[in-house]
Amino acid sequence: MSVTAAVIDRPEPSDETRRRRRVDGIVAFVIHASATLTLFTIALIFIFIGREALPVFFTSAVHEEVTLETMLLPQQYGTSEVPLSYVWQPVSDVPKYSLAPLFVGTIKVVIVAMLFAVPTALLAAVYTSEFAPLWVREAAKPVVELLAGIPSVVLGFFALIVFASWFQSIFEVDFRLNATTAGIVLGLAVIPIIYTLSEDALHSVPKTVKDAAFALGASTWQVALRVSLPAALPGIFAGVILGLGRAAGETMIVLMASGNAAVTSWSFTEPVRTLPATLAAELAEVVFGSPHYHVLFLVGTLLFVVTFLLNWLGAFFVRGLTLRLSGQRS
Amino acid sequence: MLRSVWGIALSVVFLTAIELVGSQKRSITVKGSDTMVILGQRWAEIFMELDPSVTIQVTGGGSGTGIAALVNGTTDVAEASRAMKPKEIDSVISRRGEEPLELPVAVDGIAVYVHERNRVRELSLEQLRSIYIGAITNWKDVGGSDERIIVYGRENNSGTHVYFKERVLGNSDYHPIMQTLPGTAAVIHAVAQDPQGIGFGGIAYAHGVKHALVSAGEGSSGVAPTLDNVLEARYPISRHLFWYLVGESEDVGGFAGWVLSPEGQSVVEKIGYYPLAESDRQRSIEKLRRRRPAAP
Repeated sequence: MSVTAAVIDRPEPSDETRRRRRVDGIVAFVIHASATLTLFTIALIFIFIGREALPVFFTSAVHEEVTLETMLLPQQYGTSEVPLSYVWQPVSDVPKYSLAPLFVGTIKVVIVAMLFAVPTALLAAVYTSEFAPLWVREAAKPVVELLAGIPSVVLGFFALIVFASWFQSIFEVDFRLNATTAGIVLGLAVIPIIYTLSEDALHSVPKTVKDAAFALGASTWQVALRVSLPAALPGIFAGVILGLGRAAGETMIVLMASGNAAVTSWSFTEPVRTLPATLAAELAEVVFGSPHYHVLFLVGTLLFVVTFLLNWLGAFFVRGLTLRLSGQRS
Repeated sequence: MLRSVWGIALSVVFLTAIELVGSQKRSITVKGSDTMVILGQRWAEIFMELDPSVTIQVTGGGSGTGIAALVNGTTDVAEASRAMKPKEIDSVISRRGEEPLELPVAVDGIAVYVHERNRVRELSLEQLRSIYIGAITNWKDVGGSDERIIVYGRENNSGTHVYFKERVLGNSDYHPIMQTLPGTAAVIHAVAQDPQGIGFGGIAYAHGVKHALVSAGEGSSGVAPTLDNVLEARYPISRHLFWYLVGESEDVGGFAGWVLSPEGQSVVEKIGYYPLAESDRQRSIEKLRRRRPAAP
């Protein structure tokens, strides 16, 4: 059966060919359908969450209890004994919905997690890809990736029972559960993400590029710092951003280890309450359709948007790296 | 081929049979307060032994969850560690067309925990209020050593959180620095680890921490949360634990009647809560009887 003959006189396809085409068609349909379904589901989830958040902006019944202004601007809360300006206290005679303590809390925990995770993961990645002998790399990479498989509730439990006590006895802080404890353990959950992506990026720097540097007399250090690292930077950046998304959205570790006190201070040794932990703690119990319910959905929407943007940004940088290393873009 | 057809046919027959037998078992669902979930389960186990034709499912989730389920008609009994709010009663009436029947079924004292090494033995309600709203932040102001007070409490969905706020804080807000933990066990664990800590929760749970004596006011002396003190209302922070019923069936009414019987009440003590005072028990039985004339 020659190709040219088929092109010229186009004979009727055999039964076998027709059957194969039919199977092809069905398989393609199934694949398209599952892809569409996935996208559709995500879109529907977003629409649902967003729709439940809308009454915060448009419903007057909700506005009697909470408005954008009371969520964002300082208020005269507290008593004469204890004046306060930003309070998250939804179960109260006068419900208070300042988002500031939750945002500050989330940012503090994320900062600690990233300060701990980025240097650790990055140095580990540089070591395994540039310096370590092959057997070390083959052993180290799966082990670090295994860290990603630890359920976050187990990490949270470790933070609550073991790590918080160590931390308190070493640094003698007042609060056993605080932003730093939660942040460091959260960092453990983020390390595998940054490590894996950075290591892959460093490893995919073409050998020819490195060999050229070696041929010019560069040392291993010089190659690692001046050649591999700059070339792999977009990939590393993608890892950091995806790690950031994970840290901002992680729930269980912070719920267990952060103390969940909605304070607005920049002290890193005080307990914090983060956005995801607030959702986890309150959404299951909230009265359906109440202002509190809608505010929690607004918080959920914000969280969704933030992590979505971070993931999108991460993917964008990974694509940049691929183009750059394959020589399609400088 | 033939064998597998037979297998399928047989299992269909078998499953249908199970279904038929199963449908003769009447079921009761009980849902609500986490404080009461062990108590509810124990009641259910014993009642199912007494009447094997009834299956009872008990789940927790919090008083709010139980009440919401009662509103939606997805549970027969809502367990709550706080009284229902007028708003909630209204929504039961509008959704179910009947007022919920409120039955106190047990008594719980809220203990105040401090670390075992803490010098402070006794706190007044006023001092507790000041600590929890953040007006007092150092142990030396309440007779302890010069250390910061680390305040622990419960998540805002728990009946315990709401009750303590009403009874002790006079409905003021907790100070934001209070760490909110999921469950009384977590609060006790935290205080046991923290020499500067203070927390509150059910008496039934306390292990590894010290109960502070609580006094009602300046003149009165501190009272420990013991059975006698709670039953005779000397201990200032105690509360009723409730069952709420709507449109209850014969079975649910029977179960509730048994829970209020001396036998049902004896279970309460074994779990670590307190049985109803005799007068309250009679009042609960009377309420149940008025609603369901056939009740024991």
